[in-house]
Amino acid sequence: MGFWNVTLSLLGGLEYTCLIFALTLVLALPLGLVIAFGSMSKFKPLAYIVKTFVWIIRGVPLMLQVIILFYVPGFLLGQPILSRFASVIAAFVINYACYFSEIYRGGIESIAKGQYEAGQVLGMTKSQIFFKVILMQVVKRILAPMSNEVITLVKDTALARVIMIVELIQAAQNFAGYGLMWPLFYTAVFYLAFVGILTLLFGYFEKKLSYYKV
Amino acid sequence: MAILEVNAIKKSFGNAHILKGIDFELEKGEVLSIIGSSGSGKTTLLRCLNFLETADSGRITVNGEVIFDDSTHTLKDSEIRDRRLHFGLVFQSFNLFPQYTALKNVTLALELELPRKMPKAEKKEELLKIEERCKALLDTVGLSDKYDYYPCQLSGGQCQRVAIARALALSPDILCFDEPTSALDPELTGEVLRVIKELKNSDRTMVIVTHEMEFAKNVSDKVMFMSDGVIEEIGTPDEIFNNPKSHRLQEFLKKPTF
Repeated sequence: MGFWNVTLSLLGGLEYTCLIFALTLVLALPLGLVIAFGSMSKFKPLAYIVKTFVWIIRGVPLMLQVIILFYVPGFLLGQPILSRFASVIAAFVINYACYFSEIYRGGIESIAKGQYEAGQVLGMTKSQIFFKVILMQVVKRILAPMSNEVITLVKDTALARVIMIVELIQAAQNFAGYGLMWPLFYTAVFYLAFVGILTLLFGYFEKKLSYYKV
Repeated sequence: MAILEVNAIKKSFGNAHILKGIDFELEKGEVLSIIGSSGSGKTTLLRCLNFLETADSGRITVNGEVIFDDSTHTLKDSEIRDRRLHFGLVFQSFNLFPQYTALKNVTLALELELPRKMPKAEKKEELLKIEERCKALLDTVGLSDKYDYYPCQLSGGQCQRVAIARALALSPDILCFDEPTSALDPELTGEVLRVIKELKNSDRTMVIVTHEMEFAKNVSDKVMFMSDGVIEEIGTPDEIFNNPKSHRLQEFLKKPTF
């Protein structure tokens, strides 16, 4: 087992890591906004239901959620309804959307009432006020907490191995069966590089948005 | 005919009766200043005119059209939007949109009013027209060299002048000011008051809530003194400042201004 062979295998695992990361982000970012609106709804029953849902999702380990989504439908219906990969994506998207929703909510509620009122007296509709006035200010405010969550997501992808998805850690773990431990430690390099790129990216966004103050 | 008629406007928040029946009229081109101590209901009255608060009862008529009465409570959002555009409002704390340039702050609402589906060439032409108009508005408030500045790059006085241009962009019948200079350093109030004075010279109808007594004296056709949710006294600046009749107004004017 040479260095290049191991690297190649780990890159195969990294592909799944990246896929879980990207799909979760693309789907959970908008879903989180929907959940945030639900929890801020003036229709109280909806707000309570959504808040309870967020409590459950944030209160149960993500690893357990992955297991439940994959195995429980199988127990109940005799056959799984989601593939391994689909179960992972579903669990990750729901879980991260709930965390994102609280970040959104904090950001949205931190915007001064005067911004809404300025839009109102200018005759804007509610959605125009949100998308043209409020959202960009929210984005700027939540960039730092969002970078935290996104970076956590990179490493959470390793939980997918609990239902035998061969992501980066599992790809390295496979070598352990042959008595090779170093590939496992070697994965740290991949994660560090991944997070390094993200850190630079968030720094770039922050700079991009520094032309105005909220 | 009066451009603005306000009849028996009442507003309470819980047990606090903020407005206890307000009646007044304003002719086209007139400037009304509203004075009074904090908590007298001045700002709430202005917010009721702009539909930021919904009055509990009463009637507001603009140009003979009833825009608010007891039937208004069932209006749809879009109908309220049409009605509130009779009024413009300049806030105490400017409330400019920080992510947009001065010019974009002024053009935004007009751009959003354009129909969604529009031939590209036509839309471009309309956007250009809007931009020209809004640049002209910024010129009139003395900011011809600040189109591309962001609010955080402007002084408070400049921000407030952008806010005035923004309110003017929608051509309201009546322009309201809610303590337009209270958030400004003393040396910056002059430039804002000068702009308001110029607007008066171009015959704009305005309602100004203010603590600047000298300014109210100079710029107003009518001055209204509010106290405890009612109009204690209303009249010409000369009547209000030189011959105050009610005891409360006399006391209010005696207070030294720091």
